[in-house]
Amino acid sequence: MNNHLSTRSIARLMMAPAVILLLGWMLIPLTTTLYFSFKKYLPLRGGDLGWNGFDNYTRFITSSAFWPSIYATLIVVGSVLIITVIFGTLLAILLDQPMWGQGIVRILVIAPFFVMPTVSGLVWKNMFMDPINGLFAHLWRFFGLQPLEWLSHFSLGSIVMIVSWQWLPFATLIILTAIQSLDRDQIEAAEMDGANPIKRFGYIILPHLYRAITIVILIQTIFLLSIFAEIFVTTAGAFGTKTLTYLIFQRVLESQNVGLGSAGGVYAIILANIVAIFLMRVVGKSLDAKKN
Amino acid sequence: MPRVVKKKRKTINTLVAWSIGLLIFFPVLWTVLTSFKTEGQAINDPPLFLFFDWTLENYSIVQERSDYMKFLWNSIIVAGGSTILGILIAIPAAWSMAFAPTKRTKDILLWMLSTKMLPAVGVLYPIYIGFIKLGLLDSRFGLVIILMLINLPIIIWMLYTYFREIPEEILEAARMDGAALWKEIIYVLTPMAIPGIASTILLNLILAWNESFWTLNLTAAKAATLTAFIASYSSPEGLFFAKLSAASTMAIAPILILGWFSQKQLVRGLTFGAVKYFNT
Repeated sequence: MNNHLSTRSIARLMMAPAVILLLGWMLIPLTTTLYFSFKKYLPLRGGDLGWNGFDNYTRFITSSAFWPSIYATLIVVGSVLIITVIFGTLLAILLDQPMWGQGIVRILVIAPFFVMPTVSGLVWKNMFMDPINGLFAHLWRFFGLQPLEWLSHFSLGSIVMIVSWQWLPFATLIILTAIQSLDRDQIEAAEMDGANPIKRFGYIILPHLYRAITIVILIQTIFLLSIFAEIFVTTAGAFGTKTLTYLIFQRVLESQNVGLGSAGGVYAIILANIVAIFLMRVVGKSLDAKKN
Repeated sequence: MPRVVKKKRKTINTLVAWSIGLLIFFPVLWTVLTSFKTEGQAINDPPLFLFFDWTLENYSIVQERSDYMKFLWNSIIVAGGSTILGILIAIPAAWSMAFAPTKRTKDILLWMLSTKMLPAVGVLYPIYIGFIKLGLLDSRFGLVIILMLINLPIIIWMLYTYFREIPEEILEAARMDGAALWKEIIYVLTPMAIPGIASTILLNLILAWNESFWTLNLTAAKAATLTAFIASYSSPEGLFFAKLSAASTMAIAPILILGWFSQKQLVRGLTFGAVKYFNT
């Protein structure tokens, strides 16, 4: 009994550093952001100008930049999710088929995920989307077309393209993992029974992938909501690409309106938490399942 | 007959998959190729694929003009430092949750995960101003701490899932022998956990290397990592495609190679054990 007790207290002691650090990491900045969000605080223009209640919160959502930023966020997150889930599923099914050099193809497909965001942003912006010297411009001219001004005329579409390229590997890999855990006999049995590929996909594979796709959507949403570097190095928020994250960044660091930016930060935290709740549920269930 | 059909199908699969794979990989390949061209060849119309005068001059220009090695060193320190620190803090925590779970273990794990969901921009100012006050702005030490904190939940989760796979009977046998707790950890647990720890380190190095919110916002000239170094190319000056490519190639090469070894860990590490990983 005594021994058991000491094991438990040692266990607690071992967890303490991690728990204390994460608690501090969560609580200290969070309360500070909340504190600033109720203040009129302009570090470069007078500093702390006192409390102003919910003024920052109303001003943040009534500012002319707010709704465009919500629109940009929804377009980027929504489009990237749709593109990566659909193409990720197709690609995963393809990669699961017998072929020569499967390992190498997989390596090729996964590569974009390991490219740092500033590199992928700048490589796409310059070497592909540059309206004069980019590869797309060469290609367009080859077909006798007028090259496009990608990042100014199709700004959101261009950002979606870059970010989708980065996240397609993630979706593919997770869906592929799920496909590979599928019971082979079941598919073969269905094949024997004469179920065509479309039926096999709709009735066996897709239901099996439901959970993996849910996970992909939830985790990607969390990451996509806070996309920053890709926009920072390409449009710097111009041409309607100011997402909520980028807008808050500009309010806080560029125009140094800390109170207003902090109120925006609180909105972003609430938004992320709504997604996080769903993610936690799925993850929590899998924790329970593993215990059994 | 079916064998012929199968072979034909396999050939088609191979062709389609390789084409798509190369298409997805193309931007990386193009960057690497361009890094060996002269600036003039880099923008040549029609584009030059293999038949140009291969040169290494861009690599030396990049190093000379902006001291690439300094940024590389910063990246290594920040990614390596935050990973080592995170692992040291996470191993005891994950160990105790995996082998001495309590009723609250699940809640603690989920709570740790929830701290990962905190959008960085929501706490940008407190961290920024805190860093100024503590003199940590543009310091490698500050970045090490921040990156350790943002990745700590992932490290703990990954280690937890690995530790749980260690059969408890083995630990119990050690306990029967009267091994002390520290002996149990050093002689029994550690050797069995090393592959898992190595995988965790690998994935975390990649995440820290590519992190580009805090590295961009909390550094200037002194502690800037490769992500920030590359970002400095966002205001172009004359012809710079070849130089950009050389800098980019150097920045992504080490992690691309590590990444290819860590495909399996990627799924485990980023899904928090919510996707079953049988074959990969």
